[in-house]
Amino acid sequence: MNALSDGLSRFGGVYPLPVIIGVVALALIGNPSTWVTLTVAGLAMGMMIFLMASGLSLVFGLMDVLNFGHSAFVSFGAFIAASVLAAMGSWLTGSSPALNMIALLAAISAATAFGAASGWFFERVIVRPVYKDHLRQILITMGALIVAEQLLLAIWGGAPVPVARPAVLEGSVLFGNVAIETYRIFAFFLGLAVYVCLYLVLNRTRIGLLIRAGVENREMVEALGFRIDRLFIGVFMAGSALAAMGGGMWAGYQGLITPALGAEMLIIVFIVVIIGGLGSIEGSLLGAILVGLVANYVAFLMPKLALASNMILMMAVLLWRPYGLKPAVMG
Amino acid sequence: MSDAILRLDDVHTDIAQYRILHGVSFDVPAGGVHVLLGRNGAGKTTTLRTIMGLWRARKGAISFCHNDITALRTPDIARLGIAYVPENMGIFGGLTVEENMRLASTTGAFDDERLARVFALFPAMETFWDKQAYALSGGQKQMLAISRAIIERRELILIDEPTKGLAPSIINAMIDAFREIARDTTILLVEQNFHFARSLGRGATVIDDGHVAWHGEMSELAADEALQTRLLSLSMAEAS
Repeated sequence: MNALSDGLSRFGGVYPLPVIIGVVALALIGNPSTWVTLTVAGLAMGMMIFLMASGLSLVFGLMDVLNFGHSAFVSFGAFIAASVLAAMGSWLTGSSPALNMIALLAAISAATAFGAASGWFFERVIVRPVYKDHLRQILITMGALIVAEQLLLAIWGGAPVPVARPAVLEGSVLFGNVAIETYRIFAFFLGLAVYVCLYLVLNRTRIGLLIRAGVENREMVEALGFRIDRLFIGVFMAGSALAAMGGGMWAGYQGLITPALGAEMLIIVFIVVIIGGLGSIEGSLLGAILVGLVANYVAFLMPKLALASNMILMMAVLLWRPYGLKPAVMG
Repeated sequence: MSDAILRLDDVHTDIAQYRILHGVSFDVPAGGVHVLLGRNGAGKTTTLRTIMGLWRARKGAISFCHNDITALRTPDIARLGIAYVPENMGIFGGLTVEENMRLASTTGAFDDERLARVFALFPAMETFWDKQAYALSGGQKQMLAISRAIIERRELILIDEPTKGLAPSIINAMIDAFREIARDTTILLVEQNFHFARSLGRGATVIDDGHVAWHGEMSELAADEALQTRLLSLSMAEAS
């Protein structure tokens, strides 16, 4: 393990891992066009999971809150986006790319705004009474996830809900003999844009400095004169909004959603946070991309192992780095 | 004492089911270094944390510059002009030296004069300005923790065992630095190293088992070996 760490540190630390996995996958797959398709699918999936997981990682790292209800924001984001898209059907499917994109942005914005508002409510009513008590956090946030799922059933029903995609993002773009879905390219660049924004906020602003410091030592941030509880609410709202945005994008990616979506995504989101390391946006991005790539490569190479692939990846990473690939605070 | 900058009056503090402070009362006069001494587990750190609002006093009152701060939140206490350097230094290892210092500045900007003073006291801070704090040595981390406390004007600095684990040469440098800092700031210092405490302290309070066992001038305590042995299980021979 130490030899692996030393070797990797000479080539940029853990950052080249997706490239190494990609190269190994290319050797195993053999066909370059299939490999490109799987790689783009994995990157797009990774970016959407990153949207969902980044907020949880910050909430976990900064607030020490185990929020098992985080994926409820993913579900609500997906259903709200689906409803907005359905209501703007004529704009979505019309011939004007501008109207197509306005409909999509409206759906994503509605999901994100709902995520922020419900995040505020969730923090004040559900999480605040159980700060510093992990057992109660698990119980109450799991309970909230169940309640959220029942609310989704009551509002949208139990039948799978089809999600329309904007006409401009339907179909594929051809690169030589490789066809890449347009929606996946969009999802990748949206995720990248969110990552860049988060990176800039965390590394170039005073609020970001406070968040990074708070992840390391909440008590000391307070002793320096800052009200960390206000920071908590802001981070919780932002994390919930990002989860809902990710849910909205995921709805378009899947094309069909059910109220069980949140529970399904919960495990993946936690795996990404654990692989990446708590409180780290870079870690979440790296973990999400690894999960996306491995899920797609393994599904192609060994379909029977597809479901277990992320668990195996997590175990391998934890054996190598018990605090994750890029934790904000080294244990 | 009318010139007390900090006054603790019958302060009781519990941590979970444990009663740690049982009615601690003492005054810290404005200016200079006041030392809080006592055996391990006597309640010195708890006293500092209670003053800072990190643990709540169950009973009693704490006043700072004649304002009652007993029920205030930690950030509000800090903004009144009290800086805190905990025993573990409270350094943000993932941030650079500059970012650590910037967080301690209310506006995020530095006063050139104060910054120059910090660099004069601790030249290592200028040398490692862009370096991440986790890469600093133990002594440099302690210097950063103290630099952070003085980057803005504070009325009172609470410092918990700054010499713990430091080499003698660094401890001597710290003595000079603390003397300089104490010229315009009051320092309440928790210290186990009696040589360090005696070099700096004007007044001293000895805490034992959550009570104030002795309070007076440091010179008086330093001159009385029997008193030291009784209060601190320490003789001057051991101390120096």
